Amino acid sequence: MVTLLVGTKKGAFLFEGDAGRRDWTLRGPFCDAWPINHMIADPATGTIHAGGGNEWFGPAVWTTHDRGATWTHSSAGLAYAAGETPIRSVWSLAKGPGGLYAGVEPAGLFHSADGGVTWTHLQGLRDHPSRPEWQPGGGGLILHHILPHPTDGRRLWVAISTGGVFCTEDGGATWEPRNRGTRQDYAPADQRYPEHGQCVHSLVMAAGMPDRLYQQNHCGMYRSEDAGRQWVSIEEGLPSSFGFPAAAHPRDPDTLFLLPLNGDTAGRFVPEAAAAVWRTRDAGATWQALREGLPQRNAFFGVLRQAMTTDRLTPAGLYFGTSSGALYASADEGEHFVCIAEHLPTITSVEVLEG
Amino acid sequence: MARVLLPQALVRLFPGAARATEVEAADVAGAIAALDARWPGMRDRLCDSTPAIRRHLNVFVDGERATLATPLRPHAEMLVTTAMSGG
Repeated sequence: MVTLLVGTKKGAFLFEGDAGRRDWTLRGPFCDAWPINHMIADPATGTIHAGGGNEWFGPAVWTTHDRGATWTHSSAGLAYAAGETPIRSVWSLAKGPGGLYAGVEPAGLFHSADGGVTWTHLQGLRDHPSRPEWQPGGGGLILHHILPHPTDGRRLWVAISTGGVFCTEDGGATWEPRNRGTRQDYAPADQRYPEHGQCVHSLVMAAGMPDRLYQQNHCGMYRSEDAGRQWVSIEEGLPSSFGFPAAAHPRDPDTLFLLPLNGDTAGRFVPEAAAAVWRTRDAGATWQALREGLPQRNAFFGVLRQAMTTDRLTPAGLYFGTSSGALYASADEGEHFVCIAEHLPTITSVEVLEG
Repeated sequence: MARVLLPQALVRLFPGAARATEVEAADVAGAIAALDARWPGMRDRLCDSTPAIRRHLNVFVDGERATLATPLRPHAEMLVTTAMSGG
């Protein structure tokens, strides 16, 4: 059974699917209708975590061990030193062999060794000399993607808007920017390929190839074959160089799904007001628009950076949620979509729990 | 003992918490520490790491806007309110 974990501006929702991934049952809103930026599940235990922040009560990671029946919340240790700008919200969560991680605004990374009960700041990232030059993007100065290496708990990639991609190979003590080849169209002409500062929007890992990464950037789509040290553009054939989400296929490292938008100053809608997911089967050399079941006129929505994902079934399911609160599902790798919910709050994230 | 009045939106987050309670404390920071001892985690909901009362919360002691350092007289009333924010 597939359960979709849907974070929204007003609470967390769970959509439980039937065996055919056709009928879906909504439960929620959970987390006291707090703004939830990201939800993840531990497939081994079924534990679900939801990260967010409330204007009144600050940042927290919410946890349920019983699929939403009861929740706890914690921010124990989820704080910078006295005098620093306080943490506003939790933006991203990831579980890897090294434990549970949380990315926050203002950008920083925390680790939990006890399943989200207590948190420890991985100070090394904010000690990086580039930190004074990190700038907030439209969503704030956020650490929005965390990619743990699947087997090596010391290796981790993070994405910061706007700071770029950084990698640690020592469990978070030291970090290296990995942005070579990604551009900054909004910088002066001679400064468009800096070492750091790029506005990465999404970062995903190819199945079974931990050194192959894909990213959707504010300025282009890219692939790296060497763990992010060098990136090459894969945007040719796409309708725009701008978008937020990226989703990797669960088994095929050459298949990637993107959802380009019409541009950063043009409303950030789907291009031509017609929705499409764009899929490559050859690691970005060519692209195919997937439109069946998606609105093809008068569609003025975007899809946020964490709001598209795949499941691990065969064929893979593909799911995305819109800024206008609609949730779309495909049970055949994007060939056909069905709208499974409308009128939700703005959807910030979509992830999957299987089993 | 000071009487503390908490907002419903906060009390909902802590099973068993009451909207009205009494604590023994010399100042607002002490009262919040006492609340945190009673309902672990409540301090993080009320205060940020500055440290300060969270920006969108207000604390009044005997009707006057307070900070963490505001003293509490015996029988003081400490009112915590959520600010008008949201959308």
